[in-house]
Amino acid sequence: MILLALALLFGELSLLAIGGASSALPAMERAIVVDHHWMSAAEFVRLFGLAQAAPGPNMLAVTLFGWRIAGLAGAMVATLAFLLPACCLAYAAGSLWSRFGDRRWRQVLQAGLLPVTAGLMLAAGFLLVRDAATDWRSASLAIGVAAGTLATKRHPLWFLGAAAAAGLLGFS
Amino acid sequence: MGFGGVLPMIRHIMVVERGWQTAAEFSDMIALCQFLPGANVANLAVIFGARSAGLAGSGAALAGLMVAPFAIVLVLAWLYEKFGAISTVRHMVGGLSAGAAGLILATAVKIAMPLRGSVRGLLVAGAGFVALGLLRTPFLPSLLILVPASIALAALPVRPGPPLSRRGGA
Repeated sequence: MILLALALLFGELSLLAIGGASSALPAMERAIVVDHHWMSAAEFVRLFGLAQAAPGPNMLAVTLFGWRIAGLAGAMVATLAFLLPACCLAYAAGSLWSRFGDRRWRQVLQAGLLPVTAGLMLAAGFLLVRDAATDWRSASLAIGVAAGTLATKRHPLWFLGAAAAAGLLGFS
Repeated sequence: MGFGGVLPMIRHIMVVERGWQTAAEFSDMIALCQFLPGANVANLAVIFGARSAGLAGSGAALAGLMVAPFAIVLVLAWLYEKFGAISTVRHMVGGLSAGAAGLILATAVKIAMPLRGSVRGLLVAGAGFVALGLLRTPFLPSLLILVPASIALAALPVRPGPPLSRRGGA
């Protein structure tokens, strides 16, 4: 039953996506592309790109993965499975957090999780660029967007639009 | 409406326009959401909704955040399926996905930046990158090693370094 598989996969990733939805991208790529062969790496990164172009939270890539794997039901199951466990945790943590204001363990937890998030995100960035870079043109497009975002204060959507336009003109 | 990440817009509406929260309260909530697992903005909606109106508030805030974007992204996907065979569309989406991949890479670098001064932080981030990005180790076992190790390292006493802060959202 593919919907159950989706629910279990994204439900687990929901609680493991430390620091944000994108932290789980390396695990999603591995599960969806490598383990289950639900889609190619190229399709994975295309759906990811489409989701980034839509308004709203950037976890919508999960919705599109679910949709591609099992249609509308897949989209709903993947989205809910990815949202609900983490949101229940957030609901519980929200009240505890203010209660334990300045305790040391709160700061240790925060300082300890940040490097993990950074490592996961670097892995996510590396894997997505690798998957998206089918030739030197798309590779330079990805690197160019990364460098441009870091070097300027322009809105990310500007770079997404520029990348899409470059692709349209055959530069991908 | 939140293209390319909704956090800055949410902050503006909640703190500046409506005055639902002070800037400090908002920063505190963000700090929590940035290390909780899952989508940052969804967690923010749940926590803020709970503070305003309990469980019902959480549900309402989460639904408000997700319903329209969910529908819009599916329309996009449907258009992509219908017209994706056209080579100009394929090229455009190819460029888009390369750009989106680049954006994630930039976000990752921004998140890693505050670790520059911390050998332990860089060690953990490097280990995570090599394990998940290069060696493709399974997720849960990797985290079961990385997370406790990183927290233990963070708990060791040191001379006070630069405070860890985090930019960007994931």
